[in-house]
Amino acid sequence: MNGLRAILFALLALLAWPAVAQEMESTAPYANQQLVDPAQEAEAQALMQSLRCLQCQGQSIADSDAPIAGSMRSLVRERIAAGEQPEAIREWLIERYGDYVSYAPRVTALTWPLFVLPLVLVLVAALLVRRRFRRGDRP
Amino acid sequence: MKRSLALWLPLGLFVAFVALVAIGLLRPADRTVGTALVDKPLPQFELPPSLPEGQGVRSQELKGPLLLNIFASWCLPCQAEAPQLTQLAKAGVPIVGISVRDRPEAIKAFLDRHGNPYARIGADDGGQVQLALGSSGVPETYVIDAKGRIRHQHIGDIRPEHVPMLLDKLKAAQ
Repeated sequence: MNGLRAILFALLALLAWPAVAQEMESTAPYANQQLVDPAQEAEAQALMQSLRCLQCQGQSIADSDAPIAGSMRSLVRERIAAGEQPEAIREWLIERYGDYVSYAPRVTALTWPLFVLPLVLVLVAALLVRRRFRRGDRP
Repeated sequence: MKRSLALWLPLGLFVAFVALVAIGLLRPADRTVGTALVDKPLPQFELPPSLPEGQGVRSQELKGPLLLNIFASWCLPCQAEAPQLTQLAKAGVPIVGISVRDRPEAIKAFLDRHGNPYARIGADDGGQVQLALGSSGVPETYVIDAKGRIRHQHIGDIRPEHVPMLLDKLKAAQ
């Protein structure tokens, strides 16, 4: 009877194996703990909303449950608590991972047409509209 | 003539748009995030040993050519690359490990089971050195040259076909 029970327990323990195999939680101190100063926490939150999680790439590190996102949140909070500017932290990450890590658009040699083109289109539209209105004035 | 061309233009634009979408769907862009630190010096860091009896890792001491392997006992591809790391270690390549978000008991069990190719292993429990290195996951392997600069980053597990390539990179890093 005891033997049977032992076997049953062993089988049940096997069922729990996937839980054992899962990734360890981040042990970074501020992964899931807010900063004490609400102003600093707000600053950290704003930055975390605009940084990409490197593992689940559609999410921000504020939204992601991935362990590496926890490490990144802790990095952001620790540096903000140490008095660093949010944009300096963003720069630090871009230096290591490239522009892709940041959701905030930057004007670079590659991206400037995205910013200029809408202005050009609005100008062209204004010109077209002006010509139309003038024509309408005449008769 | 001019008029009929104008009539076909919307259809032409639509076909071009569908083609663009189809290309994007059939061949999605590569979204692996590589480090931007290739050909730059290793960032400064100091890590305590992962195993109580082992040695920690200090970035100043990492003068290659050597391999810096970022791994974790909870990561399956790390198990898959273990034989290749053992093979590289047997070929005389110094391999320094960084264990990410891990625990000593788990690392010990991992090494007992899959072999220990590491000269030393540093514990990056908070994952902060991983971020400093521009690494976006485990496993990743960096080739470090004689001056302590990063010369190459291999993302994902090292498969048998990658071993000669890494040996070439190590030779070039002398």
